[in-house]
Amino acid sequence: MDLSSINPIFFFAGFFVAATPLIFAAVGELVVEKTGVLNLGVEGMMIMGAICGFAVAVESGSPLLGFLAAAVGGAALSLLFAFLTQVMLANQVASGLALTLFGLGFSALLGQSYVGVKPPRLPDVNFGILGDIPVFGPIVLSHDIILYLGLVLVVAVWALLKYSRVGLVLRAVGENHDAAHALGFKVKRIRTLAIMFGGACAGVGGAYISLIRVPQWTEGMTAGIGWIALALVVFASWKPLRLLLGAYLFGGLVQLQLNLQAAGVAIPVEYLAMSPYVMTIVVLVLLSRDKGAAPGSLGRIFHASS
Amino acid sequence: MKFTKLLASAALVMGLVTAAHAQDKTKLGFVYVGPIGDGGWTHEHEKGRLAVQERFGDKVESVYVESVAEGPDAERVMTQMALDGADMIFATSFGFMDPTINVAAKFPDVKFEHATGYKRADNVSTYSARFYEGRAIQGLIAGKMTKSNVVGYIGSYPIPEVIRGINSAFIHARKANPDVQFKIVWAYTWFDPAKEADAAKVLIEQGADVILQHTDSTAPQAAAQEAGNVVTFGQASDMSQYAPYPRVSSIIDDWAPYYIARTQALMDGTWESKDTWDGIGAGMVGIGEISDAVPADIKAEALALKASLADGSYHAFTGPLNKQDGTEFLADGATADDATLAGMNFYVEGIEGTIPQ
Repeated sequence: MDLSSINPIFFFAGFFVAATPLIFAAVGELVVEKTGVLNLGVEGMMIMGAICGFAVAVESGSPLLGFLAAAVGGAALSLLFAFLTQVMLANQVASGLALTLFGLGFSALLGQSYVGVKPPRLPDVNFGILGDIPVFGPIVLSHDIILYLGLVLVVAVWALLKYSRVGLVLRAVGENHDAAHALGFKVKRIRTLAIMFGGACAGVGGAYISLIRVPQWTEGMTAGIGWIALALVVFASWKPLRLLLGAYLFGGLVQLQLNLQAAGVAIPVEYLAMSPYVMTIVVLVLLSRDKGAAPGSLGRIFHASS
Repeated sequence: MKFTKLLASAALVMGLVTAAHAQDKTKLGFVYVGPIGDGGWTHEHEKGRLAVQERFGDKVESVYVESVAEGPDAERVMTQMALDGADMIFATSFGFMDPTINVAAKFPDVKFEHATGYKRADNVSTYSARFYEGRAIQGLIAGKMTKSNVVGYIGSYPIPEVIRGINSAFIHARKANPDVQFKIVWAYTWFDPAKEADAAKVLIEQGADVILQHTDSTAPQAAAQEAGNVVTFGQASDMSQYAPYPRVSSIIDDWAPYYIARTQALMDGTWESKDTWDGIGAGMVGIGEISDAVPADIKAEALALKASLADGSYHAFTGPLNKQDGTEFLADGATADDATLAGMNFYVEGIEGTIPQ
């Protein structure tokens, strides 16, 4: 065992990168679930974002345009879900699963000609002299703009939900859609917008994998990160700041086990691999005592007549 | 009511028609562990399927299901294929072994071909390639090319097939460079680009300047390209989009001749359960072009090793070799037999770390 071969600076810097796709996807889903909609299609929207972002970044040469396209792609796919669940009043669980399957297949079709292509690199933000601060600089201030955007987004969502009128309306719709409807709020419109926001966030999260973390396009490359994001929302008990913590914990565990393995430490990898899900189950058990955590109308279909 | 009845009977007739139609065609099913566009393992099996289709044309009908999870899901997929009238099913991942045996017992008239496994039955054949021969060549190049003397190895699951590859690569890397060390990371997945890239990055951060992978996607290649100054090898497929650097060579699985031969045997009625394990000599393992990033003398040495493996004058596991704990594995001049290779569950002397259980 030789832990000295682990460079803590690289290790913690890797932490941030590994957590970012999770942060985007989970914070989008959190807003969706706060309005009472359960969208299990995160994985599908992520992979759509991954290919839309990748294709546009390659064609235009601009990674930022790619991320924009990823947001549009994710949101466009989520509209399908919105149509099914808000207009056709279809079952949300089934529609979400269908969205994942559709997204995986459709992205593979779109991505045929992008296999093996190298995407343009998004440069790291230049913090000037601040980046030279020992330890802190290389760990925290050596990343690209999207990563910081993710952190800002989490704080913004937290502030919005907690302090603004918009946040109050979102929560009202999610807690009791009949009451919100009686108060005159357009439940379907609000939910549709939230679903699109969730799709856009998941899309950006997916593009972060294909443009920065790997960086390449491969079919099915999200490989379950969307499902971890769903677990993460529950783990965070629908609280944005706790979600940030959870993302670092989930993302960090992967980095930690890879680093320990490379350093020659014998660790039970299987247990670490399943730990995010185990932690989520534990949190669910703890949450079951406190019924107030989940939005009251989560997963229920709303129709104005009822 | 009438209308649905009409539809139902129409569907029934259609079903009968297709079933009758299928009688004169040989129907093949392929079960894949990853997507056909993974650029590696599954991609090559898909190429084999297309080669069969091209060879036999209308006489063969083939279907495939991709990204099938190892375990009960595979059993469901194969059962469905058998119920749909498949005459032969290719299960193309190690983890499909028990599901294949289970389904084969239920459908004695359907032939099964399981890749890289060791359990056979009257209607289950196994086939694999001697990837470790290719690993020997990679090990040689890795040992010569590394400047940090640290070679990173991304393993999938700690099964004999993967361990064999690690040992073979290590033996030949050590021969080429006595100071070389292996750092081994188990990804516990065949296909997860984000995780594979992370594993490659971690190995590079910890000093590796050569990365060998036994996972299916090209993500480690992309990570190495990003890092610069890191040598990689294509796995299962040529991965030539990353040539000439970082990818300097590759192991290519060529399943097409085998798939064609087995389909032919099935049509002729000569199919029987057997175990096939071919290497470079028989053409099942191909070595992708060694790029110009490798100096000419090293390339010549690698090609000489390839030739000696191909004509059988040299075995990749030739003694004297010790196991990791120092006990003797092979005496001077002895070579490992296939049974030992098939069940290999130990590291050879010099590799650090333990195999996860």
